[in-house]
Amino acid sequence: MATEYAKISLDGLWYKNVATVQVLGLCPLLAVTGSVVNAMGLGLATMGVLIGSNLAVSLIRQFVTDAVRLPVFVMIIASITTCVEFLMQAFTFELYEILGIFIPLIVTNCCILGRADAFASKNPVIPSVVDGFMMGAGFLVVLLILGALREIIGQGTLFADFDLLFGASAAQWEIKLFDEFPGVLFAALPPGAFLGLGLIMALKNVFDARLEARAKAQQAPVTLGSKRVRTTGHIT
Amino acid sequence: MAFISVTSPHSHRANSTAGVMQQLLLATLPGVLALFWFFGWGILVQITLSVITAVLCEAGILYLRKKPIAFYLKDYSAVVTAVLLALAIPPIAPWWIVVIGTSFAMVFAKHLYGGLGSNPFNPAMVGYAFLLISFPLQMTTWLPSEGNFGASTGVENTLQLIFSSSPADDASNYDAFSGATPLDELKTQLDLDQSTDILQQQDVFKGFIAGAGWDWVNVAFLIGGCFLIWRKIISWHIPVGFLAGLGILAAAFSLYQPAQYASPLFHWFGGGCMLGAFFIATDPVSAATSDKGRFIYGFLIGLLIYIIRTFGGYPDAVAFAVLLLNLAAPTIDYYTQPRSYGHDKPNRGTAKKDS
Repeated sequence: MATEYAKISLDGLWYKNVATVQVLGLCPLLAVTGSVVNAMGLGLATMGVLIGSNLAVSLIRQFVTDAVRLPVFVMIIASITTCVEFLMQAFTFELYEILGIFIPLIVTNCCILGRADAFASKNPVIPSVVDGFMMGAGFLVVLLILGALREIIGQGTLFADFDLLFGASAAQWEIKLFDEFPGVLFAALPPGAFLGLGLIMALKNVFDARLEARAKAQQAPVTLGSKRVRTTGHIT
Repeated sequence: MAFISVTSPHSHRANSTAGVMQQLLLATLPGVLALFWFFGWGILVQITLSVITAVLCEAGILYLRKKPIAFYLKDYSAVVTAVLLALAIPPIAPWWIVVIGTSFAMVFAKHLYGGLGSNPFNPAMVGYAFLLISFPLQMTTWLPSEGNFGASTGVENTLQLIFSSSPADDASNYDAFSGATPLDELKTQLDLDQSTDILQQQDVFKGFIAGAGWDWVNVAFLIGGCFLIWRKIISWHIPVGFLAGLGILAAAFSLYQPAQYASPLFHWFGGGCMLGAFFIATDPVSAATSDKGRFIYGFLIGLLIYIIRTFGGYPDAVAFAVLLLNLAAPTIDYYTQPRSYGHDKPNRGTAKKDS
C-alpha cells in the first residue's frame, strides 16, 4: 500500500507533473503567475477543485457508463469550481478580483478532467484523493516557482501583497530584494511566462538526464560470457 | 589515367562567414562615424560594452554546449550582432541596458535555437525588442544631436551618464541632456493635433530632411549599404523592397493629407530606416531566400514599418516589423520557390507524387 501512495505522490510531483511533463493547464499557468500571491491563489484553487472532483468521480465511478462519463465529469468539475469561486469571493475578495476570469476557467483546465478520466474513474476513493492532492501540489509548486521568478525579475520583490490571501498580518512578508530596481517589464508580461516555463522544463529535463545517467552508472556491469543463443527445443 | 570532369565555374573563392561578417562590420563604419559626430562618445562606449558582452556570452554558452569556442568566435557573428544592437540603442542608455540586451540576444535569441544559422529571429532585433518592452523610458531617451564628435557633452560626462546614470554636474540637468527622437516628437505633436508644418519650426527637426543629424546618419548607413550590395554581401532585393514598401504607403498618405502624414523622405531618412533596410532586414539566416521572396519580404517589412510608425504605439518600428516578417519568412519561401533548370514550372511547397 505504502509503495502505491509513494508512486502516486512521485508521479504527481515529478514524473507526471501537470505543468512540466503533461504541459496541461497552460492558460492559467501563463496568465496569472505575475506574482507569488496570484500563483498561490490560483494553485490552491486548482488543487481544491482537483481533490474534490477526484473524490466525487471516484465515488460514482461504478454508476456512470462510459458513454456519458465526460459530460458527467465536466458537470462535477463545474459545480466544484463554482463552490471554490464562491469561497474565494467570500474570503479573499481582492484576490478574486485580480484572478478574475481564470477562476471559472479552472473548469476547462485539462489536467482536472484528465485526472478524473485517467485515474479517479478507475481507482478507489482514497488513492484518488491522494492523486488529486499530489497532482495539485505539483501544479502549485511550478506555479509558485514561476511566480517567484517573474516577481523577482519583473518587480524586484518577493511575496508582495500576501495580505490578499492570508489577512492583514501577512502584509509585512514582502521582501524587497533590490533598492531602486527598475523592474524588467518583460518578465511581468506573457512572454516572460513562456520563457520562464521553458527554462523550468529545461531544468527538469537536465535533472532527469543526470538521474538517468547516475542510475545507469550504478547498474551492475554486464558480465561478459557466451553470447551464443540456445536454439534447442521447440520454436512455435 | 582518369580525367575528373568538373562543371563550371572553374575558378571560385569561398565566401567565408568571417569574411562576410568583417565586410559587414566595415560597412557600418560610415554610420558609426555619423552617429559619433552627431551624438557623441556614447555610441563608441555602447559598441565596446556590447561587443565585450557578446563575446563573453558566446564563449560561455559555447563552453556549456561543448562546442569549439575559438572556432565559432572567429566567425565574427557575435561581434556583428553586438554592433547592430549597439547602433540601435540610445547612446546615453545606462550600461546595464546594453549588457542585458546583448546577453539576451546571444543566449536566448541565438544559442537556445541552435546558434548561428539556426535562429529563426534576428538576434540583434530580439535583444532590441526585449529592451524596448522592458525598459521603455531608458530606451527612448536620446541626446539631441550636436555635431563635433560630442565635444559639448564630453567624454567624462558621457561615461558618467552611462555608468552612474546621472550627469556629472547635477541630476536635475538630466532633461537638458536628453530628448526625444524626431520620429517620437512628430508622433507626439501629431497626436496633439499639430500639423506637419512643425517639421519646419522645431529644433529637433532641423536637418535637411528628417531631423537634425538623423538624415545624415541614414545617409551614412545608405552608403554602407551600397558598399554591401557592391561587394555582393547582400542582394538588392530586400533593401529595395523595404524602401519601396515604406515609400509607397508614405507617399499615398502624404499626398492624401499632407498636414497629417509626413513625406516619404522623412520616413526614409528618419529613425532606423536605412540601418534596418540594409543591415538588419538582410540577415541571411532569418530572411527569405529566393530573389522574389526577398523582395516580398522587404516590401512587407516596409509596409509594416509605416503602419506601426503612423498608427501604432511605438515611434519607430524596424525591430517589430523585422521580427514579424522573420516569422513569415518560411511561408514566403514556400510560395516563391524559383523554377529549377529543366522544369517548366517552379515547385510550390512540397514535391508532388506524380510526374
